[in-house]
Amino acid sequence: MRKKECVAMLLAGGQGSRLYLLTENMAKPAVTFGGKYRIIDFPISNCVNSGIDTVGILTQYQPLVLNEYIGNGQPWDLDRVYGGARVLPPYQASKRADWYKGTANAIYQNLNFINQFDPDYVLILSGDHIYKMDYRKMLEFHKEKNADCTIAVIDVPLSEASRFGIMNTREDMSIYEFEEKPKNPKSTKASMGVYIFNKAKLEKYLIEDEAKENSDNDFGKNVIPAMFEGGERMFAYQFNGYWKDVGTLDSLWEANMDMLGESPVLDLTDRTNRIYSKNLATPPHFVGSGAIINNSIITEGCEIYGTVINSVLSRGVIVERDAIVRDSVIMSDCTISAGAQVDYTIMDCNVTVESNATVGKPREEAKKITLIGKELTIGAGKVVEEGTMLTPEMAKSL
Amino acid sequence: MTVAGIIFSNLHDQSVPELTRFRTMGSVPFGCRYRLIDFSLSNMVNSGITNIGIITHYNYQSLMDHLGTGKDWDLARRSGGIKILPPYITAFAQNGAPSLYSHRLEAIISVQSFIHDLSEEYVVCSDCDAICNIDLEKVIKAHIKNSADLTIVTKNMYVMANENRDITITRSSKDGKLLQIFPSSAVSNGFYDVSLNIMVFTKRYLESLIADSIARNYISFRSELIPRKIEQDNIMVYNYDGYFNSINSVRDYFMCNMDLLNADARNSLFSVANRPVLTKVRNSTPTYYSPDAKVKDSLIADGCHIEGVVENSILFRGVKVSKGTVVKNCILMQDTYCGSNTNLNCVITDKNVVIRDGRNLSGYETRPFFIEKDAMV
Repeated sequence: MRKKECVAMLLAGGQGSRLYLLTENMAKPAVTFGGKYRIIDFPISNCVNSGIDTVGILTQYQPLVLNEYIGNGQPWDLDRVYGGARVLPPYQASKRADWYKGTANAIYQNLNFINQFDPDYVLILSGDHIYKMDYRKMLEFHKEKNADCTIAVIDVPLSEASRFGIMNTREDMSIYEFEEKPKNPKSTKASMGVYIFNKAKLEKYLIEDEAKENSDNDFGKNVIPAMFEGGERMFAYQFNGYWKDVGTLDSLWEANMDMLGESPVLDLTDRTNRIYSKNLATPPHFVGSGAIINNSIITEGCEIYGTVINSVLSRGVIVERDAIVRDSVIMSDCTISAGAQVDYTIMDCNVTVESNATVGKPREEAKKITLIGKELTIGAGKVVEEGTMLTPEMAKSL
Repeated sequence: MTVAGIIFSNLHDQSVPELTRFRTMGSVPFGCRYRLIDFSLSNMVNSGITNIGIITHYNYQSLMDHLGTGKDWDLARRSGGIKILPPYITAFAQNGAPSLYSHRLEAIISVQSFIHDLSEEYVVCSDCDAICNIDLEKVIKAHIKNSADLTIVTKNMYVMANENRDITITRSSKDGKLLQIFPSSAVSNGFYDVSLNIMVFTKRYLESLIADSIARNYISFRSELIPRKIEQDNIMVYNYDGYFNSINSVRDYFMCNMDLLNADARNSLFSVANRPVLTKVRNSTPTYYSPDAKVKDSLIADGCHIEGVVENSILFRGVKVSKGTVVKNCILMQDTYCGSNTNLNCVITDKNVVIRDGRNLSGYETRPFFIEKDAMV
């Protein structure tokens, strides 16, 4: 196999339990985002746009949707003879058969995959962040600093810093201290979950970590601290741009809303670095005569006859006459029937809201976001209270 | 049953010269995100035909760009897939002057070696401007059941005699055997079975037709070859009753696009189960509607940014409609930019047209105003 300078490993096995119903049957990276994307499109497209053409995608939790989605990597131009996208599930070996015990263990179990390409560097990514980033610049920084490990950081408000892994750095951006979720943060440089390692060093520490019996086999908890102790050259790479962890319903909703506005915070329209996604042959969207669409994103295959305000609509959503959708994220193939009203809601795919039903409360009055699980039907005239997480059983007894 | 496909990408180019100045008929943009060839190509792919030759003639760069490796139609295959068949001129061309074909039959003759090498038993030929969603499998099954040599797909349509169109009319017996074939110029107004220029040949029969045509120097399918074969061979007609449209003029082009604003037409083309219309993927972002946007009765692709008023229009990918602008009855192709406070009515813009702030442009339904590619107004 030909040598690759840098191989990317994308951790996509997470359950994402704080997204509740959305991740009941699929892994978090497969969750729909921004009308036509899935979360995993962001790190994969970033790789492609950064000239990294070998991406190992580590799956574990509910991988069916994700495996199907990634396929042979064709949507991202990663159907390559050498390298390309490879889905790496846990496997049985002669001496052991393990699930991925932690992020570090997942990479450890796939050192063989990495070694096939004899890379100098390994880029570790996670599949639950929305951001556009040029990893090439980070790699150049890593080489320039002659680092063993570079961790991408982003400035977060001091008040929120205690939710993140915080890097305390010297002037030259070398890290002297790493604190996981500190009570009294000393800096606002939060780890983005993007790491570049020298391959040899990574291999060494992963093997050592695997030998420790009480280790959680986690990068943040075990491997990075061990590298500190070992006195390796650790650097923080400052990223200035949009980055959002979409691990909770509120942050997922916010990130979707960040695409709205005349100069949106999350601008994906830059044509040189597109975010690629699997394209299903859907026709253009149709806007009927009674439609009012205001500050919203509409995707192909939609048919709009009603009112859509401050919302993000995925492929194939039908909003009938006199229906109102406000401040909501509606995933693919939902139908909002005539006279129905949907406010401040995340709606998973294939939901039918029958006529005159009410879902959620207007944003101004609502305290909590409403979540509707996939493939549900909300009967005519029924009311779904704000903050509900609607399961099939609940939908029946409405 | 194995079937190969042949698509003519340049026939009828002369009917919309504005649109085909830089491209083939097959690569004329249509319906927000498609090119005309997408329909015949998707019809074939959806019917299990995966070895498709595309006959080109000139200006086929845009077509090649659109088709790429055929990936987007699932036609990037090791065996079969898309084969672009460029014009073929031998050094021994007749009369010493190299000549290109201008008829369907000549086009087929020019690719006889492609046809000869096919291992498939049947060949479906289609024009690139047949806008329909047809199940070709049914046609092929009928062809086989009838042990036909050739099956011509027709549809009963109203034909205006005085229109300057190249329409082929068929007359057939009750059991579907072709009796007569002639141009529309020979008839008066009324309903006729019109050939959709989609035909199924038994491959060996097609080869014999080619050999015959070369030997006798026939160049016309309709007036020379087929009339001589009706008696002796088994030529059948297949009646299709779904949606069909084709483009014979810029006015037609305008009307055909506008027809997509009718739910019936749109659904019969795009909402057929298991038969999607496939096209090149462009990875545009979804379309954004600003608080000032007022849109009705319009078909809009991804990648647009709308801040103005859009009514009764077709917007292709990446169109920008700025504040204060009113777009009515227009077809705005890919990446058209409308500055602020412009007024457009019955305008067709080709790709990358820039309409500067404050411009007022208007055509009429029967004579839409056309602005060529890359122009700035």
